[in-house]
Amino acid sequence: MSNDIVITGLGATTPLGGDVATTWDAMLAGKSGVSTLDADWVTAFDLPTRIAARLAVEPSEVLPRVEARRLDRCEQVAVVASRQAWADAGLDSGSVDPERLAVIIGTGIGGANTLLAQDDLLEGPGLRKVSPLTVPMLMPNGPAAHVGIELKAQAGVHAPVSACASGAEAIAWAYRMLKAGEADVIVAGGAEAAIAGITMAGFCQARTMSTKNDEPTKASRPFDIHRDGFVLGEGSGIMVLEREDHAKARGAKIYAKLAGVGTSSDGYHITAPDPEGAGQARAIATALRTGELDPADIGHVNCHATSTSVGDVTETVAIRKAIGEHPILTAPKGSFGHLLGAAGAVEAIVTVLSLRDSVIPATLNLEELDPGVVHDVVAGEPRKVDLKAAVNDSFGFGGHNVALAFAAV
Amino acid sequence: MANEEVLSGLADIVEEVAGVAKDDVTVEKSFVDDLDIDSLSMVEIAVQAEDKFGVKIPDDELANLKTVGDAVDYITKNTV
Repeated sequence: MSNDIVITGLGATTPLGGDVATTWDAMLAGKSGVSTLDADWVTAFDLPTRIAARLAVEPSEVLPRVEARRLDRCEQVAVVASRQAWADAGLDSGSVDPERLAVIIGTGIGGANTLLAQDDLLEGPGLRKVSPLTVPMLMPNGPAAHVGIELKAQAGVHAPVSACASGAEAIAWAYRMLKAGEADVIVAGGAEAAIAGITMAGFCQARTMSTKNDEPTKASRPFDIHRDGFVLGEGSGIMVLEREDHAKARGAKIYAKLAGVGTSSDGYHITAPDPEGAGQARAIATALRTGELDPADIGHVNCHATSTSVGDVTETVAIRKAIGEHPILTAPKGSFGHLLGAAGAVEAIVTVLSLRDSVIPATLNLEELDPGVVHDVVAGEPRKVDLKAAVNDSFGFGGHNVALAFAAV
Repeated sequence: MANEEVLSGLADIVEEVAGVAKDDVTVEKSFVDDLDIDSLSMVEIAVQAEDKFGVKIPDDELANLKTVGDAVDYITKNTV
């Protein structure tokens, strides 16, 4: 019996498209999901950042009206992406025992828009107008819980919260549960929809966001010497993972293997990465070790690089330590911004598609590489290259580090 | 207020909150067993009914309103 873990289904809704295929095609075509924010609060609060990566397809266009009104936007995107992944995997209620099915969906922030809207109602018209659904809509385990109930998953429903590493951590958690024999199939990923005045204001005050308001599509530019911060995005990425023997027994198509995972913590600072990249390097090294991969096997790293001045270069230091100077890098946030708790999951999907199609998308807006980066970073056009294995990095405020090592099949 | 008027108004609320087709909201239907409405949605329906019909529906009364007909009768009797 093969104890390898494979990916059999993918789903996503992102600033580039309402599904995986549209998102992937838009990335390869060099499109940007970033645009000017036209919300009233942007001018009312005089925010220095007036751009964001909004969803390409509104969840309310996809979900039935009554279902949509019972879900926070963060839960809506998780439901949309999970249904796509489930269908893509060719699963139905008869193909997996509910007691062997788990759901793990992380989020960085949870139902921020519900919290804000319901607080407005409490402070204004008062208690009677506060929705009885407030708590299930704002709780950060809401996305996982709703998907778990819909699929009748009974092997466990979990919601890792580790800021911008949450989505990747969900996938790492799934790997460990499957390896431990606690489930046969797991629906895992991340969801985020927290574009609001207070989150934008907080990130602006931390001086982490781009203020290139005049050129929205050029604002997110990882590894470029002229980068000035990240662009906030929203969306969800979900994958179906299962043991290889289970997938083969039901004749499922297999995108790639999740060969190994690594997690670590910096123990250093609440927002800044350890400048030596030691924690990040340990996560990557652990992913290789658990995946029984040599550094030479890793042809590509799909980077976390958010387009901030410090983080992007530090990540390449960690990659040099753990793998070397040979992997070809790309940073998807140039295309669709920073999806926070969904970022790691959507970017894991991008990594899987790079392995499947033997192509690495370009880092959008990378025009002049930061001289601190020694690696070959794909810029301009996508790069055709045969890959045996690739690593996807995700790091979060708090010093959370997650590395996922995928292998081609 | 006439029973028919209350039923029609209540059915609008149930359709808005729970997505049940207005024609399916008839007096003999149980909110929970027939219309699949959970306790959270019942709170929303009660608050909207209070506003629409100018009645008070205390929580202990709400617990007794098992069917659409129960709610219509309560609202009809208590409308000021």
